[in-house]
Order: sequence, then structure tokens, then C-alpha cells
Amino acid sequence: MASFLFHLGQYILLMWRVFSKPEKISIYRKRLFDEMVSLGLASLGIIMVISLFMGAVITIQTAANIDSAFIPTYTIGFTTRQSTILEFSPTIMALILAGKVGSNIASEIGLMRVTEQIDALEIMGVNSSAFLILPKIVASVIINPFLVIISMFVSIGGGYLIAMSTDIVTVADYVYGIQLDFRPYHVAYSLSKAAVFAFIFTSIPAYQGYFAAGSALEVGKASTRGVVQSSIVILVANYIITQLFLI
Amino acid sequence: MIEVVGLNKSFGDKHVLQNISATFETGKTSLIIGASGSGKSTLARCLVGLITPESGKLLYDGRDFLELSHKEKKALRAEIGFLFQGSALFDFMTVEENVRFPLDILTTLTKKEKQVRVDEVLERVELPSAHKLFPSELSGGMKKRVGIARAISPRPKYLFCDEPNSGLDPQTSIVIDNLIHEITVEYNITTLVISHDMNSVMEIGEYILFIHKGEKWWDGDNDKILKTENKELLSFVNASGFLSTKKAGS
Repeated sequence: MASFLFHLGQYILLMWRVFSKPEKISIYRKRLFDEMVSLGLASLGIIMVISLFMGAVITIQTAANIDSAFIPTYTIGFTTRQSTILEFSPTIMALILAGKVGSNIASEIGLMRVTEQIDALEIMGVNSSAFLILPKIVASVIINPFLVIISMFVSIGGGYLIAMSTDIVTVADYVYGIQLDFRPYHVAYSLSKAAVFAFIFTSIPAYQGYFAAGSALEVGKASTRGVVQSSIVILVANYIITQLFLI
Repeated sequence: MIEVVGLNKSFGDKHVLQNISATFETGKTSLIIGASGSGKSTLARCLVGLITPESGKLLYDGRDFLELSHKEKKALRAEIGFLFQGSALFDFMTVEENVRFPLDILTTLTKKEKQVRVDEVLERVELPSAHKLFPSELSGGMKKRVGIARAISPRPKYLFCDEPNSGLDPQTSIVIDNLIHEITVEYNITTLVISHDMNSVMEIGEYILFIHKGEKWWDGDNDKILKTENKELLSFVNASGFLSTKKAGS
């Protein structure tokens, strides 16, 4: 418990420093765009592949679980859309990115710590935590909702391909289902989750990397801790946000 | 000139630095030597503010670093260049960006002026065409040169070099040592080199401070070091193998 409180306190203090006034905005601007590319666009491929298969599988599994003749087949499209928008695209993608982006951030910053690059920044009078972590958090919070939107379209598209290529649901029923009772609030809720999750899967691994010490082995451990902790916090945050805003 | 007066630093119960006092003069290359774990790197880190000592004074041309306000410390840091043991070049930046970075942070130079300065210092460290290379594409010696170029690009008044020869072959070590010494004289700056390399001591050391178990054990110039009767210092010199190499050479 004492260790948890120590790390929580240290994390809050780090975030305080990260969001303090930057020295020179111009040096952050370039970093922000670089991070948008490395954290966002570089993840686009894996997001699309996973979303495509995820949508296809949701469609098949929903169809497989609808036995009753009283449930219309357009429910398959409806369920695919709702599952994708509410849960799969924001949460599963966040967990995937916690692994991909999170480990990358923790190891990058951890390596900078052990190779004294962070000390070099401090000697120059640069707020190293803000310089290294702020652009990553801001880039991720901005870009992740866009990735989630793309994921939603591709996932629903994956279901559409199943409708086209199999006879478990007709294309007309699927298309009718994905348009049925559409609530824009659900998309807003989902994108808000995406932004919160992005903050979690960048800031926690960044914290782990920033306080990594010693050798490459320690950096590896910090990277693992960053991924595991951010995944757990994402799931807890998902539960809290769902409880607060969906019911 | 940097003056250290009665500096003390502990980590828990362990006294890493005990009552260290020394004067490092402008235009001279001073060396802090000692065995691994003697406290020399901790002293350097205290001097540049990476570690806060418990007591003592760190006077930079009369300004006590420990008494300065945050703003004044920041201004003083702009006058300090630091070459790290592993060079500590930023991996995500090219050589040119690494060297320009302190100028972006610490100066108000225009883009053109910065470019002139970058070209000038890269030329000075004999890497005139390495601008677009990344640190991963450089050899150990080239990294040190870029590290030196980055350290001197904002025209510092004080230059710190932590183990500049570590990981380098003897020939490259001499080149780096000479480069540091030439820059010290040319720019008339106060240079402190942390080292355990006796070749560097004899090559460029104008003032030498020997630290043993966190205490100042001996100081003087390189002419006196071989005539010393200080037991610990003699043991350090003998262990370095410098004397046997010298005898074999002569």
C-alpha cells in the first residue's frame, strides 16, 4: 500500500511538472508533430487489420448466437455497430496501443535516462519531463480519437464483408441494422473514452521510463510494468466512465 | 574560475564527498582524478546542479550556485557545457540538430546565426560533413566530438567533461584530450575533466585534484604528480600502469 501511494504521489508530481509552462513553445511544436506521426500514423496499419477482423468476428459470433426466429437478422448489424462503437474500437484498440505505443514510450524514455540524455537536458535548463512527455501525451490524446473513428468504420466494414461473402445475413439487413436507432451520443462517449485511454497509455509508461534506473534490464522491466499497469488502469477507467456516462 | 569550498554530500549514511575545497582557474584544463567510486562524478554532478550538496559553496566567478534563484541558476546553466561519459547525444536528432539544440534553448540567435555557429563548431571538432547523420551512425570517437561540439556551441564559460576517454582507443583518446585542451585555451574557458586516465593527466592536466574515498587527498600540477610521496596517489598512479608503460617506452 505504501509503495502504491509512493508511486501515485510521484506520478502526480511528474504530471505536475509535465503540464507546467514550457520554456520555448517552438521546440515543442516540432516534437508534437513528430510524435503524432510516430504514435498515431505508425499505428494505423495494425489498427486497421485488427479492426477488420474484429468486425468480421463480431458479425459471425452474433449470427451464431441468434437462434430464435423472433429476433430479426438486422440485429446482427445493430449489434456489430453497437459493440464496435461502445466497446471494441475505443477499449480494445487502447489495450493494443498500450502494448505497442506504451512499451515504445517506456523503453525510449528509460533508455534516455540510462544513457544520461535526460541529465543532458536538465543541465541545459530544460524541463526534461515536459520536453519528453508532454508532446507524447498531447499527440496521443489528439490522434487516438481519429484512430478510433477509423477503427469503427473498418470494423463495421469487416462485418459488411461477411454479409457480402456469406449467407448468415443479407447485405440489406446488415446495412439496415447498422443504421437502426443510431445515437450520436454513443460516438461522443466513445471518443471521450479514447482520449482518456490515450492519456493513460502514454503517461503511465512515460512515468515508468522516466524513473527507470541502472541497466537495459531495468528499462525492459520498466517497459513491462508500463504496459501492465496502463492496461489495468484502462480497464478500471473503462468501468468508471461506462458507469458514469452510459447508464 | 570555479571555487569549491567545504563541499559535503551524503547518500543516506554514506558520505560520498567530505569537505572538498578546490579552485579551478580560467583558461586551464583541470582534472579531477580518483578510482571508481571515489566521488569524482558526484562532485561534477554537484557542480552543475544535478545533485544538491548538503553544505558548502560552489562559486562560479564569485556567484554561489547554491544561493542563486531559479532564474539565476537557469542563466548560469547557459554558461555551462557538459560532455557526458557516453556523450548523451539525443537519439532522435541528427548531429546538426543535437548541436543546434542548446542554441534553440539557451540563446536568442536567429536561424541563420545558429546555422553559422553549428557549422563553425562542427568544423572545430573536425566533423564538417556529419550534419545529417544520426548518433547511431557515428563511431565512439565521433560521438565524443559531437558531444564536445554540442557542449561548446552556446560558447560556455565553463566546460565539464565526464570521462571523455572512456571506451576510446589510445590514439583517439589523445586526439579528444588535445581537442579539449585546445578549446580551453582558444575560448579561454574553465575546463574540468573527470578522469582516471593517467595519460590524460600527463597530457593535458594543468591542475589535478585527486579524490580518495570522497576526500581531497592531493592537488597540484602534473609535474609534481610523479614526484609525490602521497601513498594513495602513488598507488593510483601505479595501478594505472602508466609508469610501466613509460619505462617500457623509454
